[in-house]
Amino acid sequence: MTQTPAPQRQGGNRAAGLLAALFGGGSATVFALLVVIFAVIAVVNPGFMEPPSLMAFIKNAAPLVILAVGQYFVIVAGELDLSVGSLVGAQVVIAAALIDGEESRTVPVMLLMLAFGIVVGLVNGLITTLLKVHSLITTLGMMLVLYGAIRLWTGGSPTGALSEGFRQAGRGGIEMSVVRLLPWALFILVAVVIAAVVLMRSPYGRTLIAAGDNEKAAAFSGVRVWQVRTAAFVLSSVLASLAGVLIGGYAGVTAQVGDGLEFTAITAVVLGGVVLGGGRGTVVAAMAGALTVEALFTLFNQLSLPSTIRPAVQGVIIIAAVAYAARERSRPAVPATDARPDETTGS
Amino acid sequence: MSTTVTTQTATPVRRRRLGSTELVYLALLGVVIIGAVLVGIRGDNLLSTANTVDMLTRSSLLGFVALGQTFVILCRSLDLSVGYVMALSSLIGATTMAGDAARIPLGIAVVVLVAGAIGLANGLIITLLKVNPFITTLGMGLIIKGYLDTQYKGPAGEVPSVFQQFGYSRIGPVPLSAAVMLIAVVAGILYLRKTRTGYHMYAVGGSDDVARLSGIRTGRVMIISHVLCSIAAGVAGLLIAARFGTGSALVYDSGYELDSIAAVVLGGTFLMGGRGGVAGTLAGVLILAELDTIFNILQVDPFFKDVLRGVVIIAAVAIYARRYHDRQATRVRFRGNGGGGERRGRDPGAPPDSADDESVPAGHGGGR
Repeated sequence: MTQTPAPQRQGGNRAAGLLAALFGGGSATVFALLVVIFAVIAVVNPGFMEPPSLMAFIKNAAPLVILAVGQYFVIVAGELDLSVGSLVGAQVVIAAALIDGEESRTVPVMLLMLAFGIVVGLVNGLITTLLKVHSLITTLGMMLVLYGAIRLWTGGSPTGALSEGFRQAGRGGIEMSVVRLLPWALFILVAVVIAAVVLMRSPYGRTLIAAGDNEKAAAFSGVRVWQVRTAAFVLSSVLASLAGVLIGGYAGVTAQVGDGLEFTAITAVVLGGVVLGGGRGTVVAAMAGALTVEALFTLFNQLSLPSTIRPAVQGVIIIAAVAYAARERSRPAVPATDARPDETTGS
Repeated sequence: MSTTVTTQTATPVRRRRLGSTELVYLALLGVVIIGAVLVGIRGDNLLSTANTVDMLTRSSLLGFVALGQTFVILCRSLDLSVGYVMALSSLIGATTMAGDAARIPLGIAVVVLVAGAIGLANGLIITLLKVNPFITTLGMGLIIKGYLDTQYKGPAGEVPSVFQQFGYSRIGPVPLSAAVMLIAVVAGILYLRKTRTGYHMYAVGGSDDVARLSGIRTGRVMIISHVLCSIAAGVAGLLIAARFGTGSALVYDSGYELDSIAAVVLGGTFLMGGRGGVAGTLAGVLILAELDTIFNILQVDPFFKDVLRGVVIIAAVAIYARRYHDRQATRVRFRGNGGGGERRGRDPGAPPDSADDESVPAGHGGGR
């Protein structure tokens, strides 16, 4: 509780609050890293800084940023969601099978996907909170169930096709002169960002952080911790479904489309200085983490780094960035009296 | 504090009734009986030699990995790099042996050294740089993956036929690999119960602060657990090399890291550290292997297998949690810090029963 994230401050000096949000709580690293990576990209390929390619970058990055926002809600509440990757895959396959190329079915199927996302989130949340199963196990089980169920249903390979209207969200946009194409994904992304920031400033957002920081204290203050956490899981699943719509439109229909996304999203959130275990970090920093990961992938492309060596570079950068942020965090902000167990075990 | 007192007086009574390890073995027995009946209806025998050999063969590989994973989970850490360590070890082992029987000891030594060094790196990054174990081992896995993808385009090395016996030969109905795995498990049980470091692992997992204030070098314990975990994964890699006759990088796609965590938790070890043990893990591994064998005999659709496994894992952990929280019977989830630490301190050798999750407020416990 020693580091009050900016969203908890009301009114007053907004600029100071924003600065604290950007540079407090170990988040400075991610913004510095983001700036450095973009600077290197700009040097390597000045053309990248032209509006059209920046728009293309945002279109690419939007799904991961949205997934990171969802993962942030769950992580800040003290849990984890490993099921988002397979949920993305499941949603894409469901959409393709049910729409089957028919334009008229687009909206009903999207509503069905939303309902499916809510159900998955509810099941994750209720098993974790009411049956008291650790979220790593709950969502790992959900990952296996979704993975198997989708392949069982489609017999191994996805069937059907997406409608043109469905694909617009992921690949379309408004034709314009300067940026050539203003992608719909940008509008969706901006809407998600605004909604997430507003949500984290609302009573719900504060309760979520309180529940993640100290569950006992939150419960004593009258918070229904299980409801708050279940809602976080639902948010995560719904946002994963939204990311599924974007990815499906952008990348096409395969069941493998979501594989490994859960770890990338968790990495992005942690890179943003959000502490696994809950209670610390801001949603803006989590999104910056996602942008950093995407920028890193872009940089690999620009440098035409052999694809085989990329995971290694990624691993080194992740560990180094988190280690640097941990060093920063343990220095000024946490007084000795606040030595919490999870700090010492290396959160 | 009153909750702590009631917990302490209530615990011994219930513990005598049924410990978590006993519960896991009962579950294993249940799986075997139900499976035998189902298989029997189809006119086959689950307990026939062939099917038992099949089950034990399946269990040995995951057994090594889960054994190591138990140590790190007991310390409230986890290791997501084991799959990559296995792949790397199989390649290093096979290329070092290079088909020459005289080079077998050298190959084993190199694998143990390399795997141990990876574990040491994991442990040092976690304890000194204070990076979350989840991120550390995920990053380490990516680094090894990058090395493997760059360095090895396909299977490499050759395992001498003598060493291939490790993968194929049997002593009666027990495959040699399963026998070695069982010996390692017994050694693991003795290590946790009879040695100082073994005791300390429970203390560190229970409460790092209390352990340090009691004079335990917690960092050292954490590092040792990670070294042991990586070496166990390295031995699993050697077993893969022995089975395939060559080293293979593709093993890392098999999901052994998550499987091994599932097996450990299924075996009643507390994901937040400090409770459980290797004996339970063995039962968890055997349950997963027996389920696989039963599904295979019944020719269950492989995708349906995944669904069933997911449900079984969640259900089992929910049952453990139920037992634990019934006993606590409080609305807010308390666990008296002093009481919990003391109890473990006194009796870590006999792992406290109940294995479950989420009894620690996540603010303290969600260390990953």
